[in-house]
Parts: sequence; structure tokens; C-alpha cells
Amino acid sequence: MNLRRDVFQAIADPTRRGILLLVASQSMTAGAIASNFDTARPTVSKHLQILTECELLKQEQNGREISYHTNAKKMKEVADFIEPFRKMWDDRFNKLETIMRKYKSQ
Amino acid sequence: MERKTKINAGEGKQDLVITREFDLPLELLFKAYAESEIVEQWMGTKVLKLENKKHGGYQFETSDAEGNVVFRANGVVHEFVPNQKIIRTFEMENTPFPVQLEFLEFEQLAGDSSKLTMQIIYKSVADRDQMLQLPFAQGINMAHNRLQDIVRKLK
Repeated sequence: MNLRRDVFQAIADPTRRGILLLVASQSMTAGAIASNFDTARPTVSKHLQILTECELLKQEQNGREISYHTNAKKMKEVADFIEPFRKMWDDRFNKLETIMRKYKSQ
Repeated sequence: MERKTKINAGEGKQDLVITREFDLPLELLFKAYAESEIVEQWMGTKVLKLENKKHGGYQFETSDAEGNVVFRANGVVHEFVPNQKIIRTFEMENTPFPVQLEFLEFEQLAGDSSKLTMQIIYKSVADRDQMLQLPFAQGINMAHNRLQDIVRKLK
């Protein structure tokens, strides 16, 4: 059964975020990805399945093996969703820091 | 480069956590929250009232260049422990957004730096997600308003 998945469900899990970071720079096979986690192999497979279903990961057939790499377009969608909110707070806090530095030097 | 301000918003949860480390001693970070005239500077809003005590209240107001009030928010302070924590509510007036509950924790870190952890709890998951998208929507509005100003000058 395939539940409708969305990207935010996918990135809510720390292992899945770890997987995304891992394959961000290079495509990797399921086995190579699993070897980076203490989690059991079937659990990692399940995470890969979820990430693939919501299109954060793309599969590529390499002979007998399947390798995974990130889908840049979808990743951007996730980043953009929260980025304006993060930026708003970052700007505020940067301002706070600048203002309080003046008090520090007094 | 490590991002200074981090937001953790778990999927399907009705809260989010904002964390930020400051190159400031704890006392100065807290002072930025405790004194009206400093809050005004970094929040970019007028502070009408700021009662830093249990059962105290606060009110912020922002006006545009013509003096029209464009933003007003208020809340009640539940706890105010200097250099440690603030627990308060936050409500934007004249908006459909329900009141939210905020837990602010202040910590001293090594080498004269400090950390703020702010947990915000919303009425529902949908309310939280809408709030997350608000700055994005506002950004579009601001660009639109700027465009209107330019167009008006051309007339």
C-alpha cells in the first residue's frame, strides 16, 4: 500500500535527513548508504523507499545495483518552504546582536 | 557555513523550535528582551507596553510611513526569570491566526556567547504551517506594495 507521501513527512525523520545529507554530494547504492547507519538494513531500505516516493531521491539502475541521488528540484522546494521564516528570524537576531554589541563595549 | 539561526519544524507537529547562538554574554542577550527601547530597535516595532513579570502583559504596534497601524500584537507573560526564561503568549491582532504559546530559554555558553531556544506551540498543525508560510506571503505583498508605489509616482 502506498500512502500519499509529502516531502515534509520525509524530512521529519533524523535518519532520513542523514541519508539526504549523505547522498547530497554523490550517488550511492543502498548498501553503501546503510553502512553509514547503525540502523538495520531493512529499516534503511524503508527510509529510502519513503524518500523515493516523495521524490527527494531518484533511483538509477547501474547494472545489477540501484544507486540513489538527491532530486535537486524537490530539495529546493523543501528548503524554500521554511527559508523565508528562518531568514526573518535570522535578520531579527542579527540586528539584536549588532545592537547589543554596542552595550557590550560601553 | 553553519547557519546561525535554526528552525526545527517536525512534520505533523503543532510546534516549532527556533535556536540561535549569539556572540553576546547571557546578560546582554536577556537585556535585549527585557528593555522596551531595545526591543523596539531589533523587532522594528513600537512597544506600547512591556510588563516583565508573572501575569504581566505586552503590546507591540507598527505603523507605516503615513501613520497607519499595519501590525499590532499582544500577549501575556506567564513567567519571567531573568537570564533564564520567559514564558508568554503571542497574538497578532486583526488576523485569523490564533494565539500561540512561547517558551524562551536563555543559556550561557563558553567564551562569552549565549544561546536562545524558543519553542512556539500553535493551536493546530495547519496553523503552524500557515504561520511558517507567512513571511513568504508577506514578501510577495511587500514587493507588490513597492510596485504600487512606483506605479503611483509614474501617474
